[in-house]
Amino acid sequence: MTSQQQWFTAMIIALGTMLTRYIVFIIFPANKKPPIFIEYLGKVLPAAAIALIVVYSYKDVQVWQYPHGLPELIASLAVIALHAWKRNTLLSILIGTVLYMLLVQFIFI
Amino acid sequence: MKEAFKFAFPKTVPIFAGYLFLGLSFGILAVSQGLSPSLTIFMSFLVYSGAMQFAAVPLLIGPFDPITHFFLTLIISARHVFYGITMLKPYSQMDWKKYYTIFAMTDETFSLNVALDIPAHIRQDWVFFHISWLNHLYWILGGVLGVVLGAMIPFDTTGIDFVLTALFLSIFVDQWLSTDDHTPAIIGLLSTFAMLLLFGKQHFMIPSMLLIIMTLLAQRPKDQKGGDIQ
Repeated sequence: MTSQQQWFTAMIIALGTMLTRYIVFIIFPANKKPPIFIEYLGKVLPAAAIALIVVYSYKDVQVWQYPHGLPELIASLAVIALHAWKRNTLLSILIGTVLYMLLVQFIFI
Repeated sequence: MKEAFKFAFPKTVPIFAGYLFLGLSFGILAVSQGLSPSLTIFMSFLVYSGAMQFAAVPLLIGPFDPITHFFLTLIISARHVFYGITMLKPYSQMDWKKYYTIFAMTDETFSLNVALDIPAHIRQDWVFFHISWLNHLYWILGGVLGVVLGAMIPFDTTGIDFVLTALFLSIFVDQWLSTDDHTPAIIGLLSTFAMLLLFGKQHFMIPSMLLIIMTLLAQRPKDQKGGDIQ
């Protein structure tokens, strides 16, 4: 496509993404009370949504090929253990990521 | 406002690392595929979605088909609807800041904002807002760096993207340890995992979200049931 068509398409993509972010707030504006089941979902969805994102972030792990997701597994267990122990987000993320980088760059190559 | 910033900024540090790297990867990829620097940076500004921007690169160098691309965007970005339902109450209560905060609701910003434990003397809406624009800034900064530096990164960054997985995991552990009822978290894990196995990584998000919502509604306690759904 031409440069103008690229800009037009990029704007369409921006609008589509915005629509998915705004739509719930447009359907249920602040001055209108949302149905009870939506309020209920607002209470239980946070935990479920984080679980969804956790699984989503592993979607590209190749379990059937070497190294069979081992770096992800080891680094993730380290994050979980360290976080349950110290409850320090930055520390858990730093150690977990450095460990993962070492694993994929030097151990499982 | 100042207190809110002091509270918000440290929360965004892991995202600084993750977004700088991912934004930079996007910038390098987009320019290497022939997109102009201005278009690349425009997308980091106004699309502001990692998954969508990476998906957009092959689309933008392919044939012109805006209608298909619009619907493809809705499908790839559908998970934001799920986040919108979750944040409906807290974001709706905000003043003018909500218009920007809703626009900037990425996976990472959502996962921070949904799990905040804000002290009573700090205004929640300002924390949401600060976290949102800081993350957006990191993302744009990464994109600009990618465009400028190209492939001249001095050290091996393989694996640095795990920073976002580690962030999501630590938030999950926090939530798990701070609640007694683990049913929603377990439903979220099992539903998403089952749909990933069933539909594969390209198509599992929408079925996962539907299954989570249906399961949560099906098992809700009697006192939460209104006559509004049936």
